[in-house]
Amino acid sequence: MQEQPDGLIAELQAKNPKAFERIYERYSESTFGVINSIVHDKHTSEEILQDVFIKIWNNAESYNSSKGRFFTWVLNIARNAAIDKTRSKAYKNKKKNLTAEYFVDIIEEKTNLSSKVDAIGIKKYIKALKPYCKKIINLLYFQGFTQAEASEELDMPLGTIKTRNRNCMNKLREILTT
Amino acid sequence: MNLNEYISSGILELYVYGALPEEESIEVTKELKKHPEILKEVEEIEDALTQLSTAAAPYNPEALLSSIQQKISDKNHSGVIDHPAKQKKNNLVLYISWAASIALLIGLISVINQRNELRDNINSISATNAQLEEQIDEAQNDAEKTKQLLEVFRDKDIITVPLDGQQVAPEAYAAIHWDVETNQVYVDAKELPTPPEGKEYQVWSLTLEPLTPTSIGLLSNFNEDDNKIFILENPNSSQAFGITLEPKGGSETPTMEQLYTLGVVKNS
Repeated sequence: MQEQPDGLIAELQAKNPKAFERIYERYSESTFGVINSIVHDKHTSEEILQDVFIKIWNNAESYNSSKGRFFTWVLNIARNAAIDKTRSKAYKNKKKNLTAEYFVDIIEEKTNLSSKVDAIGIKKYIKALKPYCKKIINLLYFQGFTQAEASEELDMPLGTIKTRNRNCMNKLREILTT
Repeated sequence: MNLNEYISSGILELYVYGALPEEESIEVTKELKKHPEILKEVEEIEDALTQLSTAAAPYNPEALLSSIQQKISDKNHSGVIDHPAKQKKNNLVLYISWAASIALLIGLISVINQRNELRDNINSISATNAQLEEQIDEAQNDAEKTKQLLEVFRDKDIITVPLDGQQVAPEAYAAIHWDVETNQVYVDAKELPTPPEGKEYQVWSLTLEPLTPTSIGLLSNFNEDDNKIFILENPNSSQAFGITLEPKGGSETPTMEQLYTLGVVKNS
């Protein structure tokens, strides 16, 4: 398990290019995955990923550790950029017949998982994932819905969303640690 | 706080997702700095999510780093090659638009301030209005009462009995206006001292031989009564009236040591 690299983040905020490289190394692949799960297009995802990391460099000082995790800050930038893209006309014309839970499709289709990932575990998890888990994780994590928005979208009470999501995530952690 | 309950509530997952409102996120950050168990949980959630989304990446984007670095350094240099003359002109436009914005802002703020002041004024005026209306109402009521009393006192059938101060209160004075027709007694108690806490005045009708006191009532809520005129029923053929100070609620028989005023009916 990795801790949040607070020292590295401080150096990034001080505009140290070396720190930027290490932040990129640490966060780029998962960020790429988040973006790809939203736009489901390799080339569009590459473009967005570049924009996102340029933003991370330019706006690093606006990250405030009292408001949340650096992981979450990066996630928000990536999600917003990717969702903006999906709202553009060009994108809408290109993508039509895809299921909403892209991350499931992507992982199922993928044959060569990164060395950073417990490939067997993740595949096993995706296979065993309950349909409501797919929906909840997609909305809350990949699409960046608030609890209230997800509750409305899935027609589930607010508290149910929170506890079900916890159960879905526990399953993932269980499989990854065994 | 119960740490296990907090962790299993699912709030930490939402925190890592960025699905909580900002104030709640700030609260969670505080807890996480206090409790290593919470921090550990958050790190595990983050780790699992990192693996999940890494699995959804098309490939490891290492190769894109140099292109990003290139773009960053291009952007950093682009500011320097701006033509100086062009920049000067831009600056002038910038100053003018800033000045205009500031002027507009000042104007807006003063309009808002004025509006707020006016609204405050209206509020305080309508509050004063309500108070005045209440006062007028009260005054009308008082005037009505006073008129009634005047009519009573002018009535020739009324027997007026002055009650003089006795030993315990030589300065005290009261008057009884007795309407024999209606059996009503108007007790004017303006010159009685304010009764102490837990005590009140009791009015007695007396027949003299033998001396027999009969209670005709209490001067309750003495302090709150402005005109200090109390209306009581007196069906007795009284020969005298007395007022004593008694414990709240009154007594069966008058406490003679606390006899404040006494007066005899003249024409009986």
